[in-house]
Amino acid sequence: MKHTLSILVNNHPGVMSHVSGLFTRRGYNIDSIAVGVTDNVDVSSMTIVLNGDDFIVGQVKNQLLKLPDVLKVQDMAYASSVQRELVLVSFSITENNRSEALTICNGFDVKILEMTEDSLLIEFSGNSRQVTNVISVIKPFGIREISRTGQIAIAYRNQNSV
Amino acid sequence: MSSTTEAITGGRLMVELLEEAGVEIVFGYPGGAILPFYDELYHSKKIKHILVRHEQGAVHMAEGYARSTGKLGVCIATSGPGATNLITGLTDAKLDSIPILAITGQVATDAIGTDAFQEADIFGITIPITKYNALIKKADDLARHFEEAIKIAMGGRPGPVLLDFPKDVQLEKTSVRKASSLKIAPHHYERPKVKGDPQEFAEALNQAKRPLLYVGGGAINSFASAEIKALAEKANAPVTTTLMGLGAFPGTHPLSVGMLGMHGTAYANKAVLECDYILNLGARFDDRVAKYQDFAPNAVRAHVDIDAAEFNKRINVDYILHGDLKDAIREILPFVKGGERTSWIENIQTLKKNHPLDFDNSGDSIKPQDFLHRVYTKTKGEAIVSTDVGQHQMWAAQYYLFDRPNTWLTSGGLGTMGYGLPAAIGAKFGNPDKTVICVTGDGSFQMCIQELATIAQSKLGVKILLFNNNFLGMVRQWQELFYEERFSESQWTYNPNFVKLAEAYGIPAMKIEHKSEIEKGVDFFLKDSGSALIEVMIPAEEKVFPMIPAGKSQQDLIEFKDLGKLKK
Repeated sequence: MKHTLSILVNNHPGVMSHVSGLFTRRGYNIDSIAVGVTDNVDVSSMTIVLNGDDFIVGQVKNQLLKLPDVLKVQDMAYASSVQRELVLVSFSITENNRSEALTICNGFDVKILEMTEDSLLIEFSGNSRQVTNVISVIKPFGIREISRTGQIAIAYRNQNSV
Repeated sequence: MSSTTEAITGGRLMVELLEEAGVEIVFGYPGGAILPFYDELYHSKKIKHILVRHEQGAVHMAEGYARSTGKLGVCIATSGPGATNLITGLTDAKLDSIPILAITGQVATDAIGTDAFQEADIFGITIPITKYNALIKKADDLARHFEEAIKIAMGGRPGPVLLDFPKDVQLEKTSVRKASSLKIAPHHYERPKVKGDPQEFAEALNQAKRPLLYVGGGAINSFASAEIKALAEKANAPVTTTLMGLGAFPGTHPLSVGMLGMHGTAYANKAVLECDYILNLGARFDDRVAKYQDFAPNAVRAHVDIDAAEFNKRINVDYILHGDLKDAIREILPFVKGGERTSWIENIQTLKKNHPLDFDNSGDSIKPQDFLHRVYTKTKGEAIVSTDVGQHQMWAAQYYLFDRPNTWLTSGGLGTMGYGLPAAIGAKFGNPDKTVICVTGDGSFQMCIQELATIAQSKLGVKILLFNNNFLGMVRQWQELFYEERFSESQWTYNPNFVKLAEAYGIPAMKIEHKSEIEKGVDFFLKDSGSALIEVMIPAEEKVFPMIPAGKSQQDLIEFKDLGKLKK
C-alpha cells in the first residue's frame, strides 16, 4: 500500500543524505521524493512516497524521528490531504494526429508550453494516478522526454474536506 | 579564560568547550589537519591527552572509558586516514549505544571537495554509523555544533557523534562561545516523560505466575540497577540479562539466572520457554537472543525502552512503556504486588541444578572456564573485565559473575575483534584504583596489539589474560559443528612469541601450559597493581556451551552433555 510521508527537516547540507541513507540502509524503497524549502528558510519540507504495510511505515516513521535533523513526520492519509505532482512531457505529433493530441490536452486540463511542427511540450499537475494516466494516453504519440517532480502533499485544515 | 567578547580561535574554543563540559581525558593521534587544535590542547591544564598507536585504539579506549565510568568518551583523529581509522569503533559505539564524541581534522574549507591531500568525506562516510554528525564550516557555528553533539551523544539512547573540524576553522577567530539556539528538535535532548500506563503495565506482571525479567544494556545506560533489583525482589521474579546487560543485576543474586541467548545458560533459556510473562527492560530482542517472532512463545510480553523505534521491531509485544528505564521502573513499582511464586522459583532452582554450566575438567590441559573461575575467585569479582570477541568472550561472560554495572566491557552488537585491549586501557584511565583485566584470544589480540605501547608509555596497570589455542576458536567451533570439520583458514600456522613481545614493551609476561601451573599463573598475573600478561595455552577443541545454533530458538539449545549426540 502506498503511503505519503510529509517530513519537516532542518535545511542544511547532508540532511537529504541522512534521510535517503536511512531508507537504503534499512532496505525500504522510496517511490518518490520531493524537497523544497518552506516559508522558514531554515526548514525544508520533504514528501516521500513509499510502498509498504503499516508495520513498515511505522518503522520508517520511528527511525526518521530519531534523526536529529528531522523535526516532524506526518503520514498523509489520502482522504484528508491534497496530493499533487507536476510532470513535463515532450512528445511527437504529426500533421494527422495534431488535432487529436490537442483534444486530449484540452480534455485533461493540460497546459501547452510549446508547439512545433512535429512536437508538443506540455505541463500537467494532478495526483500521481492522474499524472500516470495522462502519460499513458500520451505514450502512443511517442514520448521524447519526460520529467516528473515526485509527489508533494499537504493536509487539509478542515479534515472533512475531500 | 577568555571573556565572552574576546575573539579566540576555533581550536582554542574547542579546547575550552571540552573543559567546560568536564572532559578530563581524550584519546587521539595528531596529524596535519588537526594540528592547530593540538597546539591549543598543548596548553590545556585540565585535559589529559593519551597518545595511541592507531586511531582504532583511540575510539575503543574512549568506549572503554565511557562504559566503565558512565561519562562521555572523547577521541581525536586527523583528516583522511586518521578519520577513517575511527570507523570500526564508531560503528561499535552505535550498535552498543555508547556516548562518544569524535573530533576529526578536515582539510581547509576551500580545499574540501578537491581530493586534497589526506581528504576524506568523513561526514558522508559516518552518516549511517553515528547518531549525529556535522561539518563545522565557520568558527561562529562551533559552539552550537558542540552543544548539539554532546546533548545528542548523552541524551536519550546514547550513541557516537562526530564533529568534522576543518583546519582553517580551527584557526578562524570567533567570539561566539555559546549556542544562541539549537537547530535540533527538543525531543533529541530533553529527557522524555514516561509514556504509557504504569498501572496497567504492573497489573500484567501481578497476574503472572511465572514472570521473567530480561535486562539489556539500556539498564547500564540509565543507571537503573537499584530499581531493577527492587522490582525483581518485590515481584519475586527471576532475572536474566543479555550480554550487554551483565552487571545490571547481581550475577550472584539468588534470583539471577545469568545470561540468555546463543551462549546463555541453559536455565535462562529454559526459563524463557517456560515463563508466562517476560518483561524486557532496555534490551532490543537482538537476533542472538530472540528468534524472529518465536521468542518466549507462552508468555505475555512487555517492553520498556527509551527508543520508540525498538518497539515491535523484531518481536511483537503486548505492553509498552516508552521512556528512561530508571524513571519507568520507579513509576511501575508502586503498583507491583509482592508475590510468593514458590513453585516457579523452585522450578528455576531445579533447572539450575539439572542444567549447570558444564565442561570437562579431567586431563592435564588448562580449561579456560576453570581459569576464569579462579581469576573470578581471586579478584573477588571486583575487577573490571573487558573482552575481545570469540570463545574467550563467551567464557568470560559465563564464568566471571558480574555484580555491579559498568564493570563488563564487551563489543556486543558489532562483535569487534581488537576491542578488548584498548577498551581495558580506557577503563583503567577512568578507574585507576580498580583491577582491569582484558580477556583476549590469540586472534583478537593481534588486531590492536600495538596498543601495548600505550600501556607501556603510561605505565598503566592493565592485566592481559590471553587464551591461546592457535586457532580462531569460535570460527573453528562452527566449522567443527556445522562445516564437517573443514577448518578453512581458522588455524594460525604462525603466532609470535607473545611473552617476548610483551616483554619488549616492558610488560611482565608468563606462559602456562599445564594444569599444575594454574595457581602460579594466577598469582603471577594478579600479584601487584602493575601491568602483566599471562598466556594460557588451551586445547583447540574446547567449545563454548550451551549453544543455540544461529537462526534457531531456545527449543534447539545444545548443552555440553548433548555433544556426543551432536557429533555422529
